[in-house]
Amino acid sequence: MESLTFRHTTRKPLPGSVPDAITGVVASGNLEILLERVLPPDACEVAIETPIAGYGDVWAAVVADFVARAQPGGIRISINDGGARPDTVSLRLLQGARLMEA
Amino acid sequence: MAGDRAASIDPNALSWYEASARQRVVALVDPGTFQEILPPAERRMSPHLPLFDLPRAFDDGIVVGRATLDGSRILIAAQEGRFMGGAFGEIHGAKLVGLLRAALELKPRAVLILFDTGGVRLQEANAGETAIAETMRAIVDVRAAGIPVIGLIGGRAGCYGGGGLIAGTCSRLAVSEGGRISVSGPEVIETNKGAEEFDSRDRALVWRTMGGKHRRLTGGADAFCADTVPAFRQAALALIGRAPAFDRDTLEAEQARLEDRLARFGDCRDATDVWRRLGVNDPEAVPAMDTDAFDATVARVREADHDAR
Amino acid sequence: MTLAEILASLFPEGHDVTVRDGLVSGAGPLSGGRITVIGIDGDTPLGVDGALQLSRCVLDAIRAGDGAPILVAVDSDSQRMSRRDELLGLNECLAHLAKALLLADRSGHPTIGLIYGHSAAGAFIATALATRILAALPGANPSVMDLPSVARVTKLPLDKLEDMAKSTPVFAPGLDNMVATGAVHVVLDPDKPLVDQIRDLIADREPGDARDRLGAERGGRPVARDVARAVIDQARRG
Repeated sequence: MESLTFRHTTRKPLPGSVPDAITGVVASGNLEILLERVLPPDACEVAIETPIAGYGDVWAAVVADFVARAQPGGIRISINDGGARPDTVSLRLLQGARLMEA
Repeated sequence: MAGDRAASIDPNALSWYEASARQRVVALVDPGTFQEILPPAERRMSPHLPLFDLPRAFDDGIVVGRATLDGSRILIAAQEGRFMGGAFGEIHGAKLVGLLRAALELKPRAVLILFDTGGVRLQEANAGETAIAETMRAIVDVRAAGIPVIGLIGGRAGCYGGGGLIAGTCSRLAVSEGGRISVSGPEVIETNKGAEEFDSRDRALVWRTMGGKHRRLTGGADAFCADTVPAFRQAALALIGRAPAFDRDTLEAEQARLEDRLARFGDCRDATDVWRRLGVNDPEAVPAMDTDAFDATVARVREADHDAR
Repeated sequence: MTLAEILASLFPEGHDVTVRDGLVSGAGPLSGGRITVIGIDGDTPLGVDGALQLSRCVLDAIRAGDGAPILVAVDSDSQRMSRRDELLGLNECLAHLAKALLLADRSGHPTIGLIYGHSAAGAFIATALATRILAALPGANPSVMDLPSVARVTKLPLDKLEDMAKSTPVFAPGLDNMVATGAVHVVLDPDKPLVDQIRDLIADREPGDARDRLGAERGGRPVARDVARAVIDQARRG
């Protein structure tokens, strides 16, 4: 298993007041994402556990793209990966952010 | 926890087979009443899977909690069949055992178990097997206290291995067409005894031998549901209202029922032979029947309904 | 120990326990009363027919109403793997046997499992694991699945699994590991009379299910007890 953690500063907090949310399932080609509103409003942290080692650069790019688009300030994101493709990861991250904004 | 409320899908149209464990629970119970116990944010994850380089799940593949169903307080557990085949690991099993033990104290109207499992998680086999034994004892304790334990089976992993034994311990079972109940899975039988004993690629054979319709016709399950959440909800409510007691009379009746089954069908090679002897006019037509036609068929089979469980 | 040696050590004054098609049934004297014996011998798989014969014996013992303990002696294969058994509802028959044993224990007939050989999977759950106290004799070999099968399913190399098995009781076959998880309460001493050891087990039995506590104390199931307790605590608070 490989553990990766990315920390970003955001321009603004993620809207909404939902304290936490989960989306997805740990399965082959899928992943689960846990979102928790526990950080300072301009901080975002994404921690990933993945069985597929050696893709740190891809994860970094996917996470940076998500942070730029969603501005998820205040949110700690924890991912259990089952070997999802980058487009699946992006989709799930955005789904997760939407759940927190509800 | 949000995500529970993922309301992008109309719960009435949600396929039970396709839904996740969390979606099933939230859509099944009264809206907004589900309170998860040990939710994902508590990160009670398997201490063992990392040894095998396998990913973990925040809830170890089972959702447990409290809710109301038609206004009555219930406890509910749902296995996630897509994570490790819904199999029993140490934490997964302990959550179910804890929920059942809590029922003895809280005295809910019922405990619902939404099965979706291949059985024991081999990476934690001894813990999983022991948890299955603990679960069966806990179910018996809960039933003996007068609390119905209702199993709902219609997930993609079916209900296999020790899961099948737990199901056989419940007060009542509801199944859908996709809900398979069995101890040895098709692949396990084929691997151990050869394809001439069981050809696991013959999907029609799998459904006929282990599927919801066969179990319902022979009295192995008490209700047959369309593959929707409202159908399972309706079945659960009906079954809670007519759960058999757990006592010697019930087990004597079950002994007689199962002995009678072996005596009457013990020489049958195929499920269609069993259905013919049960009085089904056109056994070959059963697999293709829709729910209404199948219900009408079940209504003519005396063995399908009983309190001997 | 063989079944004959076990029975001789349990019943020096004789007994009427017989074995037919691998199924054990009968009774013998114990502490001025009697103890019912059922079980599976000779590494026999447990199918629908055998399960119902054993459950019949258990229900008969309950009907006698004398509170006689029930000993479940096990040297079995796994559940019988066949199309016929599944067609006839093996899950119901095995669960029925387990329920009969659980009912017996609730009805004042203490149930004692004794594993002296192999047992696995559904047969193990429906018999030995459905008793109040599970004892073992040295040389017993309970398992969920043998390592070559685990290797096939997990797609891990057998030599790696054999290596891991040495340090990881939670998945590896064998008596020591089942003791560590708490499934087996105690290993008996074959050099001392079994009758005394079984009598003591019956006298010292505790209420409730001790297996997760034992698993925590012995380290074979490090977290199960705490998780079950945490569920109860949160359910109470909710």
